[in-house]
Amino acid sequence: MVRRFGLMLVTLFGISVIIFVLLRLTPGNIADILFDAGGFVDPADKARIEADLGLDRPIPVQYAVWIGGLLRGDIGFSYQTEKPAIEEIAPRIPITARLAALALTFAVLIGVPLGVLSAVRQDTWLDYTLRVISLSGLAMPAFWLGLLILMAFVAWFGTIPIYSSEPSGFWSSLLMYSVPAAAVGFRSSAFLTRLTRSSMLEVLRQDYIRTARSKGASEMTINYYHALKNAMLPVITVIGLEAGILLGGLIVTETVFNIPGVARFLVEAVRWRDYPMVQNLVMFIAIVVVTINFIVDMLYAYLDPRIKYAD
Amino acid sequence: MSTIDYSAELSAAGANVKSRWGAVRFFIWRYPLGAVGAVIMAVFLFAAAFAPYITVYDPLSTNAAASLARPSIQHWLGCDFMGRDLYSRIIYGARISLMVACGSMLLGTTVGITVGLLSGYLLGWFDLITQRFLEMMQALPLLVMAIIMAAALGPSLHNTILAIAFVLVPSVARVIRATTLSLREQPFVEAAKAIGMNERRIMIRHVLPNTLAPFIVLATAQFGATILIEATLSFLGLGVPEPHPSWGRMLSESAAEYVRTAPWLVIFPGAAISFVVFGTNLLGDALRDLLDPRQRS
Repeated sequence: MVRRFGLMLVTLFGISVIIFVLLRLTPGNIADILFDAGGFVDPADKARIEADLGLDRPIPVQYAVWIGGLLRGDIGFSYQTEKPAIEEIAPRIPITARLAALALTFAVLIGVPLGVLSAVRQDTWLDYTLRVISLSGLAMPAFWLGLLILMAFVAWFGTIPIYSSEPSGFWSSLLMYSVPAAAVGFRSSAFLTRLTRSSMLEVLRQDYIRTARSKGASEMTINYYHALKNAMLPVITVIGLEAGILLGGLIVTETVFNIPGVARFLVEAVRWRDYPMVQNLVMFIAIVVVTINFIVDMLYAYLDPRIKYAD
Repeated sequence: MSTIDYSAELSAAGANVKSRWGAVRFFIWRYPLGAVGAVIMAVFLFAAAFAPYITVYDPLSTNAAASLARPSIQHWLGCDFMGRDLYSRIIYGARISLMVACGSMLLGTTVGITVGLLSGYLLGWFDLITQRFLEMMQALPLLVMAIIMAAALGPSLHNTILAIAFVLVPSVARVIRATTLSLREQPFVEAAKAIGMNERRIMIRHVLPNTLAPFIVLATAQFGATILIEATLSFLGLGVPEPHPSWGRMLSESAAEYVRTAPWLVIFPGAAISFVVFGTNLLGDALRDLLDPRQRS
């Protein structure tokens, strides 16, 4: 446990180095972009801006400054808005978190039961239909699904759902988040359906299922009580992967629906070469994903008594 | 035995493998969905290969008179804002998709196979370091990694290929390494060692060919993924730039506005992406079933 926690910190440190080096390879910094937009370069001005932002110092020094600040809780300023980065990031987190939670709820509520159904009725028309639907769900780009949903809104209501930061109440706010969350969750639920199906198929062939059947347990009990419990184990191990899919969906869906969340903000910061923003956002994502994986590992050992970590 | 006997595997699954056509017929009969996927892939490859022969308009030539033209006899799928024929752009877009997918797969899998094979066969400190490094790369979601790479390299066709190849390496390397780890303990490797074959030859002649089955399964699954990543990067404006007719890019050009005014510009490019990825997924599923006996029902 302690060793795993240490490994997690090593991984995060490694990611921070990779990200930092990658971003410094970028041709052109924000000073270049500013002057490109102006169409006129004054070398003295440019040097001053670069010195202001610390871009003229050696890369290892820049890295040390960043990590030192990060450890003290100071994540610097946004180049773009000149406000403290934390003020830009913090208000966007709850928006994305709400979307993600809703999308995940959709995905589990729809994905898992359909996966069980598909496995129980293996090789029937129902199984084939569900498999084709989940496969096409995975084939559709998330941003296209979002656009199609917008199109449906135009066709039926003559208007598109607009994000507002001051929703009038709990239900209307839930409704506002539900539409984009459904667009994100559809893909995740397709992924979950497929995983649950293949995992269920494996479990349904086990001896203890036959035992349960022969002692007269109903199909419902067998499928949802005996089999599903064990079938969920492999599904849990890929929650980290699931988080990745979810995040990918959030990035494009927030763009399509024009929602000021943290995922879309990453793309905007990348476009502006806003290093402090990109670095910190990616580190934030890395910390979330690595922590999720750590918790999943622990949860797995707790749920499956056959697995014990040495320490 | 240095390679897996595919015909034996096929006959074990109940196939008539006396002729090549027998194997194809068996595949269609046993995996109808996989056959559909193969047909979709064939259509995609055909469109990419014969694009100039099956289109009338140049995908890049603009025509102000046809700006935002509705689908009609002249322009089957309508025109975009600059009056470029959408049908032509989608057919030529297949070339971009195929080029990015093949290019990044070739590059990414070559590096991935080399790293995985060396890592799994040599073990020791090399394995330790590469595994740690790959783990770090995988800790970030694929799309985030691709966005950062694409941004670091700048938007161009070549850089998009590079960026996607980069994110493919870890998964390929890990699958190849896992297979190599089990293969290196096999009797035929021991036998090769006993007759004094050198390590490099064993690795290339005996271990590498046996990683083919898991590799094919992975590669088909990833083919669709690369097309989706390319589309997403281009949609976000970080992938293939203008004037290349990229499917993802076509959806990025103020698509949210066209939802109201020109729905055909939103529907068709997205449908093309989904159609091709759907095909690769179907084919990939069937191949996994066929080549990985543990998954067979």
